[in-house]
Amino acid sequence: MEPHTGLVAMHMSDGIVNAPISVLFGLIAVLGLAFCVARARRDLDDRTAPMAGLVAAFVFAVQMLNFPVLPGVSGHLLGGALCAILVGPYVGALCVSIVLLLQALLFADGGLSALGTNITNMALIGTFVGYGVAVAMRRIATRSRGGLMLTAFVAAWVNTVVASLGFVLEYALGGQGLALGTVFGLMTGFHALIGIGEGIITALTVGAVAAARPDLVYLTRTSSPSLEIRTQGVRS
Amino acid sequence: MTRLPVAFYAGFLLVALLLAGVVSYAASSSPDGLDAVTRTGCELDESGEPVGGTCIAQNAGEHATAASPLADYTLGGSEGTTGIAGVVGVLVTLAVAGGLFWVLRRRSAPSETPSRGE
Repeated sequence: MEPHTGLVAMHMSDGIVNAPISVLFGLIAVLGLAFCVARARRDLDDRTAPMAGLVAAFVFAVQMLNFPVLPGVSGHLLGGALCAILVGPYVGALCVSIVLLLQALLFADGGLSALGTNITNMALIGTFVGYGVAVAMRRIATRSRGGLMLTAFVAAWVNTVVASLGFVLEYALGGQGLALGTVFGLMTGFHALIGIGEGIITALTVGAVAAARPDLVYLTRTSSPSLEIRTQGVRS
Repeated sequence: MTRLPVAFYAGFLLVALLLAGVVSYAASSSPDGLDAVTRTGCELDESGEPVGGTCIAQNAGEHATAASPLADYTLGGSEGTTGIAGVVGVLVTLAVAGGLFWVLRRRSAPSETPSRGE
């Protein structure tokens, strides 16, 4: 087997947790995504649907950019908070899921039987918890672009750490090979550091979108009181 | 008529393509946080396969799509093709996600506005 330079794998492989737990989280992922599909519709229109496709493509790109966090350890964007802030939590969870699905199917990154666990951790837990943090900070986020970027940073940091806790839970239920306390300590420790990178990337991205097209930032758009109704008919 | 922010969309896509196509060559090749944990306790050979000790990664199976032409973010395993694989990935992701969201979107109907009761 020839050594590859660059990226090899970024997500959980097959067999890291046992089959019953993989199936259980596969079921959780399917139910969660079905709910997201049902709710995503109201957040998607002629303007936000292309934006959401681009956000997914952007997350795919940035996930390739592993950055060093410790000697011999790197991290990469997960993207949940970034997606949730830009396109909402339901569409955002679908964005991250599509990235994970394509990575597993085309790029041999993340096991097919581990899709349920990977989607649960990064697309569902990461996105919704990150969004919850962002909503809790919405008063700061709507005050200024700096406030929005601070909100994005904090939400992204939390999203990274809670996604890693998802892995710890799955490992506790169906994994073996290393003491659970060690897994917990290393996972949260590494991801507390990776979360800083996630936070910086998310803050810069959200800040740039807010500077160019503030109307395309879901978090601050939905907090505005009025639904703007345009009288000119728009025919698609 | 459309009011779509096409220039913004194009700029956003260009950034994603540059990140995946060019900046990806500068990415760290160290294992990420998760892989570093699953490898803890094992001795690894040059290609990162566990050869001794006890670790989580020993339970990992060969990837079911390891034979994919884009496996490991390369074109057919060739060195130096990460950027091309990345560009393909960005475009495929945009097509799949954008297509799904376009199908799911609310059609704009002039006489119909989202109900205020929600």
